[in-house]
Amino acid sequence: MYKFLLCWRYLRTKYIALASIISVMLGVATMIVVNSVMAGFAHEMQDRLHGILSDLVFEAHSLEGFPDTEWHMQQIRNVAGDDIAGMTPTVAVPAMLSFQYGGNWVTRPVQLIGIDEKTQGQVGDFGKYLQHPANRQQLSFLLRENGFDDRDHTGGSEGRHRPEMARAGWGHRRSVIERRRMIQIDGKPAGQELVSGAPFNLPDSDKSGASAPAAAGEAKTIDPFAIREAQGVVFDPLKEQHTGLVMGIALATYRDRAGDDRFLVLPGDDIKLTFPTAGTPPRAIDDAFTVVDFYECKMSEYDNSFVFMPIKKLQELRGMIEPKTGLRYATSIQIRLKDGADGNVVRDKLRAAFPPELYSISTWRDKQGALLAAVQMETAILNVLLFLIIAVAGFGILAIFFMIVVEKTRDIGILKSLGASGRGIMGIFLGYGLSLGLVGSGGGLVLGLLFVVYINQIADVLSRITGQQVFDPSIYYFYAIPTIIDPATISGIVFGALVIAVLASVLPARRAASLHPVEALRYE
Amino acid sequence: MNEMRTVTVGKASAARHAVGAAATSPRSATARLQALALEKRYRKAQVEIPVLRGVDLSVASGEFLAIIGQSGSGKSTLLHLLGTLDAPDAGEVHFDGRRIDNLPAAKRDALRNKQFGMIFQFYHLLPELSALENVLSPLMIAEGLLGYRRRRAAHTAKATELLHLAGLSHRLKHKPRELSGGEMQRAAIARALIAEPDVLLADEPTGNLDRGTGQEIMRLLRALNAQRSLTIVMVTHDLAIAEQADRIVRLVEGRVERV
Repeated sequence: MYKFLLCWRYLRTKYIALASIISVMLGVATMIVVNSVMAGFAHEMQDRLHGILSDLVFEAHSLEGFPDTEWHMQQIRNVAGDDIAGMTPTVAVPAMLSFQYGGNWVTRPVQLIGIDEKTQGQVGDFGKYLQHPANRQQLSFLLRENGFDDRDHTGGSEGRHRPEMARAGWGHRRSVIERRRMIQIDGKPAGQELVSGAPFNLPDSDKSGASAPAAAGEAKTIDPFAIREAQGVVFDPLKEQHTGLVMGIALATYRDRAGDDRFLVLPGDDIKLTFPTAGTPPRAIDDAFTVVDFYECKMSEYDNSFVFMPIKKLQELRGMIEPKTGLRYATSIQIRLKDGADGNVVRDKLRAAFPPELYSISTWRDKQGALLAAVQMETAILNVLLFLIIAVAGFGILAIFFMIVVEKTRDIGILKSLGASGRGIMGIFLGYGLSLGLVGSGGGLVLGLLFVVYINQIADVLSRITGQQVFDPSIYYFYAIPTIIDPATISGIVFGALVIAVLASVLPARRAASLHPVEALRYE
Repeated sequence: MNEMRTVTVGKASAARHAVGAAATSPRSATARLQALALEKRYRKAQVEIPVLRGVDLSVASGEFLAIIGQSGSGKSTLLHLLGTLDAPDAGEVHFDGRRIDNLPAAKRDALRNKQFGMIFQFYHLLPELSALENVLSPLMIAEGLLGYRRRRAAHTAKATELLHLAGLSHRLKHKPRELSGGEMQRAAIARALIAEPDVLLADEPTGNLDRGTGQEIMRLLRALNAQRSLTIVMVTHDLAIAEQADRIVRLVEGRVERV
């Protein structure tokens, strides 16, 4: 009984000890904040990666792909049909994207992906990342009249404002063409030009052999639509579009000094892609496309490289259709698993069924393993460092406890003379350590949780005070700092702090227990 | 010095009789507490300093014994040995005919808690606890959390009564630093009595008090000795205080000197 009473009284009277546990408190609070934020980031990132990549990817090693995707999908279903929720074939090839901006040609390397717009939505969150509300429901490669979001829709009312997007669509296309026609009053027939106004002068494109005469004031160029023209098909850019194409948003934008997104290209503009054909050796071919939407998953790696187009068109252009049988080639099959299915198990089943020299089968985690592992590693290292802080705080407790034991020497002698056992005296100080740990970790818990809950407000206030953006959404692509409070992690942290506080009090408590009562009573 | 004094406070105890002759006789039938050839040395650096060099002493049940001696004569050490706070280098301590100096620690703890009450020159109250809590502390030590809570009302009543007896009814909630020296010593006496001990060991109980306050403490001790037949062993260097005891034993250089 006396142990509890004395613990309680010491806790209330010895403020020096409370000072020693402030470090425990801060350590616990910091660990909670860091873990919550790191877990939030990791979760957000995994979510994105998982949304972009399907659960399983079934790939051919070569750019030529494999023939007869239907047969392959049937085989996959035969092997692991019970776990599969959806599948879609894709063709992925490296490509060069070119468009004209301000009189200059901008060329960028991209990853061109042919997708089936009807089934792509079944295997991932593809639709979620588009900028037109109707496309988010069901992607169409036909240009929409208007109605694109003029704000980043993931940010709600705080979303980045993109006023230029308001005029994107057919309206933009028509106004650009009409303006250009006003300028280009020459002998060229209307409606036979590339919408971007300037014919391409890429050397590769000079294959058609049907070069049109150069327009006035323009360099010697080739009109890629001359073939169609020659075939008697007249392309009217006011009413028609090229093959639709969804472009990674970072390919089409730059950020001005004010931090706003500026568009080099808008939905409705035409661009050109150059990519290799199937067959050996591959030749480079090109074609014109109309941008119908932007893809923004906020992973710059993808936003900066992905360009999507209809798979059928890509198969045609690349020569991925067998002339005799009409069977289509694909370079990969994206597989969505049913909820609860273990990706690794299905992957291993498929690996056993398909020869590894022809196919590579991997989960989305395998694909982004390095990134995920890096985040985990960072969290682990931070945890080790922060736990060391708490351990250092433990030594503070140790020192102060020794001091308290010395200060309380006479009281220890009194208690022993009254019949208290060494074990009982030890219990007082261990209990004292435990209660200090409880106060410290409890305080840290409250502090840490408050910090996590109000982290965005705190970041705002700090930004206002320092005049510098603490959390810049343009760097992280998040509008709010993501946090996840994991009860298991937090209880682990609190438990660890308690253990350290108790361990730090063991030595002083042992010393107190072993004090000789007579010497302790004599102690002045 | 085998004198017998008239008791000014309370009734004369039947147990109070001349036992001076038995001071050195081993295993007296009526002896409550007995020291047999006690030796104790202290080691300072490399030098061993003998403090007690074979002390024989017998305290009868209900006796009020005073041990006097100069500073360094070993009287406090003797008291500590009798109270099992310290272990002798040689010799034995007997309580009610049983040897107690070689008991295991837990039994000696229990003995100090229940059979011995101790008071000290510097009162030795716990500064964090109120007077009442200090008086209750031996019971808190004896009982666990649950047992103590069950009997808390009875314990508190008993402690209040003892403090009342010691004249501290108005000081129950006061911390030791808010009490005077005399009040602290009375609280310490109440604490020593709470477990209803058989023997009260007092180490210079008046040593830190002025004469008047010291006399009040002595009156209290005498009354307890008379009314409750409490066996008291008191160490003092003050002959005037010692003379109020039934019997006086003088320690000189670690030996009992016959007076």
